[in-house]
Amino acid sequence: MTIECPTPKHEEEVVLLGHGAGGRLTAELLDQLILPAVHGGTGPLEDAALLPGHPGLVMSTDNFVVSPLFFPGGDIGSLAVHGTVNDLAMRGAWPLALSVSLIVEEGLPLSELRSVMTSLGKAAQDVGVPVVTGDTKVVGRGAADRLFINTTGVGQRHELLCPSAALAHPGDAVLLSGPIGLHGTTVLSTREGLGFESDIASDTRPLHRLVRALVPFGADVHVLRDPTRGGLAAALNEIARDSSVAVEIEESAVRVPEAVASACDLLGLDPLVVANEGCLVAFVDAASAEGALTAMRSVAEGAAAVRIGEVLPDGPQGRVTLRTLVGARRIVDMPLGEQLPRIC
Amino acid sequence: MKYLDEYRDPVLARRLLDELRQTATRPWRIMEVCGGQTHTLVRQGIDELLPAGMRMIHGPGCPVCVTPLETLDRTMAIAARPGVILTSFGDMLRVPGTDTDLLSLRARGADVRVVYAPMDAVRLAAEHPDREVVFLAVGFETTAPANAMAVLHAARLGLTNFSMLVSHVLVPPAMTALLDDPDCEVQAFLAAGHVCAVMGWREYEPIAARHRVPIVVTGFEPLDLLEGILMAVRQLESGRFEVENQYVRAVRRVGNPAAQDTVRAVFRVTDRAWRGIGPLPDSGLELAEEYRRFDAARRFDVGGLCPVEDAECIAGAILTGAKLPTDCAAYGTRCTPRHPLGAPMVSSEGTCAAFHAAGRTPTRSTA
Repeated sequence: MTIECPTPKHEEEVVLLGHGAGGRLTAELLDQLILPAVHGGTGPLEDAALLPGHPGLVMSTDNFVVSPLFFPGGDIGSLAVHGTVNDLAMRGAWPLALSVSLIVEEGLPLSELRSVMTSLGKAAQDVGVPVVTGDTKVVGRGAADRLFINTTGVGQRHELLCPSAALAHPGDAVLLSGPIGLHGTTVLSTREGLGFESDIASDTRPLHRLVRALVPFGADVHVLRDPTRGGLAAALNEIARDSSVAVEIEESAVRVPEAVASACDLLGLDPLVVANEGCLVAFVDAASAEGALTAMRSVAEGAAAVRIGEVLPDGPQGRVTLRTLVGARRIVDMPLGEQLPRIC
Repeated sequence: MKYLDEYRDPVLARRLLDELRQTATRPWRIMEVCGGQTHTLVRQGIDELLPAGMRMIHGPGCPVCVTPLETLDRTMAIAARPGVILTSFGDMLRVPGTDTDLLSLRARGADVRVVYAPMDAVRLAAEHPDREVVFLAVGFETTAPANAMAVLHAARLGLTNFSMLVSHVLVPPAMTALLDDPDCEVQAFLAAGHVCAVMGWREYEPIAARHRVPIVVTGFEPLDLLEGILMAVRQLESGRFEVENQYVRAVRRVGNPAAQDTVRAVFRVTDRAWRGIGPLPDSGLELAEEYRRFDAARRFDVGGLCPVEDAECIAGAILTGAKLPTDCAAYGTRCTPRHPLGAPMVSSEGTCAAFHAAGRTPTRSTA
């Protein structure tokens, strides 16, 4: 080895885009840097936190930095409401109040800001959650990408529901409320002009009513999670890890819309790791699975709900496997970071 | 898109597997040339369902994996220059060069952009006359026509700020080189459907005849691969060695003559070094003299390159099918998609990445 011919090395002392993609890189950043700094606990990272000292209250916060601001099926305003409402719902909570915080880049047309805020207001009204506080900052051109929104929500848990990513049990049925991959492929296609925009729309929508439909099943609803960044693969891996169980799903049961499958084929992406904004996975006691499915299907947001798999009675803890179309079995790994389209 | 359903039908897949088990009387070894086919085989677990002893050998058909380290280092050096917009297909962004990769360079301020077609890079050059727009043109015969079109378009527009770093490779010379190796175990090939959609399969006919090896032009869906394997096995069992076409919905014998003409107008065949394999005569494309002004390697004198391959990486043996990723001591430990030592662990078409994504471990290896 000489100075002129250095051995390969990896320079990682800066943040990469992949650190925000919801996969393994994100987990590393949280575990090694962010959580230690705020003395975060070592338990599972849930979609929303129980408020200390206030049993039944749940809190969640989220940033929305999507580009473009408007896409088929939604926009950053409605997404900001749905995202936080859904995070609360995944802990079995009904939304009580939201805060909305804006970071606006100098030069953003007021007409666009008005459209976003109108959409945000309508989404909050449709959900039935008041926006009770907020903040607005304007930063110089280039200091932000047009508009960033932070929403924080407080919710009241349904008395009978107490789902957690750590509560999956062997034998549980894994239920999925709808088709996957719509949000991620819609945003990517719109941003990059890939030509799929007219065929697909984001699935962004609130899921609190769907969760309410599951209330009668109470403690039999062990886990709820909306597979956003990192897609279904990341959500299932997090649940398998936090519950120390083995999860197996059936490829043929997971509905992938044709336009999503085509876009993913073209780009070399796996629909299992593409982001969603309007579906959830539920781990439900096997005895209640059929009833829960029927309840989910009775609500518009869950009309296409299906059973996609189960928690294996035994098997490697933390592992997610998939039965392929041809009957083989393969591991579904935690996605790494940013999804990169392939060459051909 | 009905093809997706038609070519992923589980019932038909099991029927083809049954037929394959009834047909194969010996442990045949078949190479799928293309990385896309490797990905489908491993993702679907098809290679684990084959008749006992029969083995798929994963070939060198991942364009990212065979791009020489020197080209990657040159790309990084150009991307790091002020005023440059480096454009590339997404696959190339995470490939490690000797010191760094394009994603890391981007995080440090280099203007590195993913494009979905080379024409996007030409458009960028037209929109940014004050910047140098460089497109990293890698790939097999599949991507060459679109890259050639981009050069023609840039020429028509009179652009002086657009250039390409060309590292195209050609499939038939690699197949021939593999077959000429006395240790070669390949008894039949699945040829890459997309390459043949452009080039047809005439150039495979002398290879099949000279080496007495069946070649089946094959698509990328699970049923395509199962049918292609079955067709290859039928030939092997009956002692035939012909070029057959499984991918009839996309490929004609003569390929796409218009695309071939475009490639011939812009590129010329040249010797090329393949990462992990070494130099192969007449195995690559470079810009023809008339279009040399678009050659980024000439426009940017980066100098001082000193590519150093990781000593532990056995990418060469994997690309030629001599070893499986799970045979590598670094696989899944020191070499992962997070910390790839070599290109086959980076690209979604890379054999190592395909194995890793499917959770293959040394004990579950098909070796």
